[in-house]
Formats: sequence, C-alpha cells, structure tokens
Amino acid sequence: MSDAAHAHDDHGHHAHPTGIMRWLTTTNHKDIGSLYLWFSLIMLFTAGSMALLIRSELFEPGMQLMHPDFFNQLTTMHGLIMIFGVIMPAFTGFANWQVPLMIGAPDMAFPRMNNWSFWLLPVAGIMLLGSFWLPGGAVAGGWTMYPPLFIQGGVSYDLTILAIHIMGLSSIMGSINIITTILNMRAPGLTLMKMPMFVWTWLITAYLLIATMPVLAGAVTMLLTDRNFGTHFFNAAGGGDPVMFQHIFWFFGHPEVYILILPAFGIISQIIPTFSRKPLFGYASMVYATASIAILSFTVWAHHMFAVGMPVAAQLFFMFSTMLIAVPTGVKVFNWVATMWKGSLTFETPMLFAIAFVCLFTIGGFSGLVLAMAPVDIQLQDTYYVVAHFHYVLVSGALFSIFAGIYYWLPKWTGHMYNETLGKTHFWLSVIGMNIVFFPMHFLGLAGMPRRIPDYALQFTEFNQIATVGAFIFGFSQLIFLVLVLKTIKGGAKASDQVWEGAQGLEWTVPSPAPYHTFETAPVVK
Amino acid sequence: MKSMWQRAGVMGAVWAASQSALADYAYNLQPPASQVAREVFHLHNLIMLVCVGIFIIVFGMMFYSLVKHRKSVGHKAAHFHENTTVEIIWTIIPFIILVGMAYPAAKVVIEMKDTSNPDMTVKITGYQWKWGYDYLNEGVHFYSTLATPREQIDGTAAKDEHYLLEVDDPMVVPVGKRVRLLITANDVIHSWWVPAFGVKQDGIPGFIRDSWFKADKIGTYRGQCAELCGKDHGFMPIVVKVVSEEDYKAWVAKKKGTAQAAAADNTKTFDVKELVKRGEKVYQANCAACHQANGMGLPGVFPAMNGSKVATGPIAAHINIVVHGGRPGTAMVGFADRLSDAEIAAVVTYERNAWDNKMGDAAQPADIAAARGGAVAAAPAAQ
Repeated sequence: MSDAAHAHDDHGHHAHPTGIMRWLTTTNHKDIGSLYLWFSLIMLFTAGSMALLIRSELFEPGMQLMHPDFFNQLTTMHGLIMIFGVIMPAFTGFANWQVPLMIGAPDMAFPRMNNWSFWLLPVAGIMLLGSFWLPGGAVAGGWTMYPPLFIQGGVSYDLTILAIHIMGLSSIMGSINIITTILNMRAPGLTLMKMPMFVWTWLITAYLLIATMPVLAGAVTMLLTDRNFGTHFFNAAGGGDPVMFQHIFWFFGHPEVYILILPAFGIISQIIPTFSRKPLFGYASMVYATASIAILSFTVWAHHMFAVGMPVAAQLFFMFSTMLIAVPTGVKVFNWVATMWKGSLTFETPMLFAIAFVCLFTIGGFSGLVLAMAPVDIQLQDTYYVVAHFHYVLVSGALFSIFAGIYYWLPKWTGHMYNETLGKTHFWLSVIGMNIVFFPMHFLGLAGMPRRIPDYALQFTEFNQIATVGAFIFGFSQLIFLVLVLKTIKGGAKASDQVWEGAQGLEWTVPSPAPYHTFETAPVVK
Repeated sequence: MKSMWQRAGVMGAVWAASQSALADYAYNLQPPASQVAREVFHLHNLIMLVCVGIFIIVFGMMFYSLVKHRKSVGHKAAHFHENTTVEIIWTIIPFIILVGMAYPAAKVVIEMKDTSNPDMTVKITGYQWKWGYDYLNEGVHFYSTLATPREQIDGTAAKDEHYLLEVDDPMVVPVGKRVRLLITANDVIHSWWVPAFGVKQDGIPGFIRDSWFKADKIGTYRGQCAELCGKDHGFMPIVVKVVSEEDYKAWVAKKKGTAQAAAADNTKTFDVKELVKRGEKVYQANCAACHQANGMGLPGVFPAMNGSKVATGPIAAHINIVVHGGRPGTAMVGFADRLSDAEIAAVVTYERNAWDNKMGDAAQPADIAAARGGAVAAAPAAQ
C-alpha cells in the first residue's frame, strides 16, 4: 500500500514541469480546460473591442473614424473570432473540465491529442489577427466568405483559409476526444440515459462538429484553389456557380449554429434544477429534443439563402423544415419553465444568467421563426433584423450560458466562492446593456437598414445611437467579470465540496478545489 | 412627497416632448406600395402577434413561478417530473400553430415567384458599386450611381434629407404595370432591394434570376444593395420613380435622345483640354471609388493612378487595361461594355494629365474603337 503511494508520488513529480512548460506540455484535462477558457476570454475582449469600434463608427451618419474597407475588416474579423475564438473554445473548455468530472473519468481519452487540440488554436488566432498588418489588411468579405468577393482579396484571405483549416483540425480532434471519453469512460452504472444533460448535449455537438467541419474545410479549399490554382468551382465563366459555395457553406453553417447553442442548453439544464431544488422536468424528452434539433439542422441550410432566388419547391421545403425546428426548441423552453414551476427557487448569479438565457434566447427563437417565413425573410434578409436575431441567440444565448456556467463551476475549480455582489452587478449591467444594444436593431432592420454598411441614411440615426450607448455599457461591464474571476482565483470564502445546496452529480462529490487528479478509482453510480 | 410628484410631472413632459421629436422612429416594415409587399406586411404582423401571445403565456407562468415559488417566501420544492400527457400536448400545440402559419406564408411565396405575363421587362445588373438598367422592350440603357456628394459623407457639408439614398439617374417605371426584373451582376454578388415593393433578389454574376413588382401609386421609392459587395457596399442605393403612363413615355423619348447624342460623340475628335474636362466626370463616377479622387488609390488594395506605370507609360497599354480589365482576379474589370468610346477616351486622357501626371497626350474615340477589337495582343506592339 505504502509502496504504491510512493510510486504514485514519484510519477506525480515527473508529470509536473513548472512555469510555461507546464502549460505547453500539459495533458491534464483541468489544465487544458483552463487554457481553453482563458484563450476564449482574451479573444472575447479582442473581438469585443472590434465591436465597439464598429458601434463608434455607426454612432452617427457619415464616415468619421475609419475607411469603409477597414470597417468591413472589423465586421468580418469580429464574426470569425467571436464564433471560432470565443464561443466554440469556451464550450470546449467546459467539456474538458466537466465531462470527466461528471462521468467519473480520470481524464480525457486521448490526453496528448487534447494538448494538440488546444495549442493549434493560438496558432490560428495569431494568423487571423496578424493579417491586419499584411498589405491590404485583414479579410473584409464577411465571415461567410462568399465568392466572388472573397476571390478578390489579398494575401490575408489565403492566410484566413489556412487558419480555418487549423481551427477545424482542432475542433475535430477535440470532438473525437469528447465522444470517445463519453462512450468509453463513464463510471460503472452511469448508463447513457443517466448522463447529465451537459454531457448529452456535448456528445451530440461533437457528432455535429465531426460531420460539418470537413464540409467547411472543403468549401474553403475550393476557395483556395479558385484563388490560386486556376480552378473555377465558383466562377460562372469557367462553368462554376457562386451559389454552390453558399449551399456548401450553409450545409456546414446551420449545424454550426447548433454547435454554438446545444452545449448552452446543456449548461442551463444543469443550473435550473440546482437552483429550483427540483429534478429536470422531462429528462428523456430533453435528450430526444436535442437529438431532433441536431438531425433537423442538416435539412434547413438554404433558409440563409432565400434571396438568391430558388425554385418555389425549394423555397417551400426549406421554409417548412425551418419552422419545424421550433417544435423541439419549444419543448426545451417548456421543460425549463416546468422545472422551475413549484420549485424552491433561489437567485444566485448562475441562476440569474440562466433565467435571462431562457427569456432572451426565446426572443431570438421567435425572431428566428419570423425569419423562417420565406416571404418575410425576403424583406429582412441581410438587414439589422438578422443582426438582432443572431445576437439574441449568441450573446444572451451562448455567451450568457457561458457566464452562467463559469459562476456555477468556478467555486469547484478554484475552491473559493466568487463575490456575489460583484456577480450580480455584472449580471444586471450585462442584461440591460445587451438589450439596449440589440433590441433597437429589430426596428432598424424592419425599417430597412441593411447590415454590413459603414454609413447609413438619416432615418436610422436614433436607434443606432441608442445601440452604440448600450454597446459601451455592455462592453465595459465585462471588465467586472474579469476582475471577479481574478479575485476568485486569488482568494475568497472557502467553497464547500457541495457548493450549491441543490446541486446533483459526481462533480460535487470531489473536494473543492478539485484536485489535480480525480476519479483515479472509478466511482460507482447506482 | 409633493416634490416627487412634481418630478414625475417634469419627466412625463420630457417624455411627451421626446415622443413628438422622435416622430421619425420607425418600428415596423416600410409602408407597402405593391400587393406582395402588403401581404408580407400582414404576414409579419400576424406572426408577431402569435409570438407575442406565446411569449406572454409562457413567461407569464415563469415569472409567476419566480415570484411565488421562491425559497425566501418558504416555498418547498415539489418533486414531480415526467408527464407524458403534458409533453405530448406541448409538442402538438406548437405544431398546429406552425401549420396555421405555414399556409398563408406558402401562398405568398407562390405569388412572389410567379413572374408570368409581364407588361414590361427590365434587366438590372449590379456592379461594384452602381446599378445598370436595360429596358429590353424600349432599348433604353443607363447606369445609376450614388449622387450624395463626398463632402456630406465626410461631414464637411450638411446632409440632405435623402442622404445616401439619392442617385444620379433613377429607374423609372409606369404605375400599375407588371414589371418583370431580370437581375444579374457583373463582378461580385449584389442584391437589388426595394422594401416598398417587397422585392429583394440577389444578382449573381453569370446567372440571371427573375422577380417582379407592380407599383400601386405614383411616387419615389428607395432601397439599397443588400449583399456585401466590397468597400462601397453601403454606397450603391436604388431609386425607383413610379410615374404615369404619359410621363413614362416622355422619359423614354428623352433617354433615347441622350443616347443618340452620346453615340455621335464617338465619331468626333476632341482636343486634350476638352477630353480632360469630360474625363474628370467619368473618373469620378467610375474610377474614384477605388483609385480615389486624388488618384492615390488605397495602398495594398487599389493601386494609385498618380505617377503609376500605367498612366505615365505607353498609351496603348493604358487604353488596353481600361477597355479589357486588369490582371485576372483583381477588382479591375474592363469597361468595354459600360462606357462609350468617347467616355473611355476622355477618362484615359484625364488620368494621363491629372494630378502630377503631365503626359500631354490624348486618346481619341477612334483609338478606343480600334482597341475594342482584340487590342489585347496589339498593345505591346504599339511601343
């Protein structure tokens, strides 16, 4: 027994380089989870600053601060970085920290590949951001990269294609790791239908990633060869078709939307039962709803393209399939509300963010339903209404769920309680700021303001000014979050192992902070 | 207490004043001016109503729960979960609502897509960054460019009422006629959008898509390009003037007269001064968006004209690029189809004699006519 302990200690010492090498060579799921989350936070502030520059230029009509081409670079990079550099890495960070803790596994299935999945990301991030300093500046063709516009750009466009390949590689490796871990390393007795919802949503998300990332890689590779090697995939003069790119891109792009929101559903489905002190209302129907959303997501892509002019039959098919997605999404919202119903509710910061999520994500869902109606979409496509819609689902949806998850699990990760007053201040400023920025954009879109324009006609002035004021409130209140996280890591009230009164699951059976190695002996789930 | 009421009164007055000052706030779709746009307007109102209704019911229940079922008022958690009946009901009801909305939406889709039996047909071509209009029945052809002066965009002059929504040469159609639109693009994807008509159709280079509208009443309707098409995407508005049948006929006759005068110019010979004067206008409308009014271009994106190898080199090569386009894959397209011989001659001469370029030579319309016919190979020989 003591021999075994000694041998184990020895092994432990060898496995722990210090300083920068610890982080570069780490294969520990908790270290890698933290790396993902820090990367995501840094990128959040980077792409957030771009958003503030965009909103500053749009504060009033006329060009004041920048050239239109630089404006296009900002909107493009803001989109690419927020999607590939903030939301996706943050969810992968959660998966790394929480999946092994929630299923009682000692680590991820492929720890070395895990290290690679993360360290590819900063490489891609540097390539993307560095392109601002190349001749011609960064990509300015929109994050959707539609040709022929994307074919016109300079060298930074090729660099962006390479960066997307690298990020796709990272996502695919991360997904293989997550699927293998979930399917093979669950504690004895933890059957699939007993898994926490967060684990279920990530299992399905990982499959979506493996299915769609190669499609994106194919699309950008065709752009690369069209740009450099004389192919004509998207050039009508050579027998190609620019619209084919849009079909391929959105065949990736729409499942991608659910990649950005399914893990959020998972986080929210953990938090609401905890603070309602009541089990999730319909566990099985939540699992089935998540799976249906994932499957349906492959049949709706062309609703992003109603304005390209498809035949009536295609227009109708994609309209009906898109409207159908409202059914499983509705099931989820009803379930959350039914879980709160007759519970014993308390309103700590994670719960506040979760409630705001349910409410505001639903607004984004409703505007999605409005956009699903093809004739209405013809009026609203490529306007600020769409900008409002996807920021409601990505900011008050995905980003708020990330905040909720951080507040929820930070005491387990650091061993300290965060400052509740600071957390609630962050919540209220974020939720108010967010609505001031994005709610008026619905009106702008309805009134006819196109998106991706650096300057606008006079009748759009007032709502743009309101949005810009909101953007600064929202942006600067994120500094509170940064301070709060740093303070919680340094110190604070000691967190108990259970942390939250109503919390259920294996992660709450390990000490707070969670030790470097957990579940070296698998727990048994009854 | 009294001061509080006073304060509330002042706030109320401020609010009322702001409401009247903010008469321009628009909360809904633009007033429709065609049957399709009107149906879209009502469809949107209907679905908004349904969404708001569902929102109030679902979140009414949630907020009731947030107030009544909180731990701080001593509520003890019930432990029910899973109820098949409830779960089936909340799957079926949304489905029925959706079917109810899909039906009217499908009807509008079919109407929008029916481009048969037009009274007239106009081909619309998107360019970086302007619109070209071809009236196929009348043989009228022209371009429509942003008319808002640069000073208003830069903030050195007061902005007009229709800032950024004004063009030099608007599209003109007769009222109450079915106008079929054939929409395409020359370089990248653009999107022709006039909200009041309920028409938004991408122009796709190499393909023609169609759409249609029938304007209800005489007036001026404005729209913008709705698909990101590069640097000046925000600066290529659309203006459609709907006029009476007689005014439309008069407009067509006037357009034809202008075209004849322009064709006559192609056979003339001009002196350098005259060409430079005409060329400046052509340059501002066609070249300045990229190469800039001061000829300096945008470093790394669009080359400078001032002191450039092309504008100060052999004139044949210069003409060749303007007529047939620059290197493949760049934004420099040939202007052979867009400008007349006289216009190309003028702009080439302008570029060679403006700013610090003092070449002193001139291109004549006849040179351009010669260059049009396969001058690609002839250009180096001219050295």
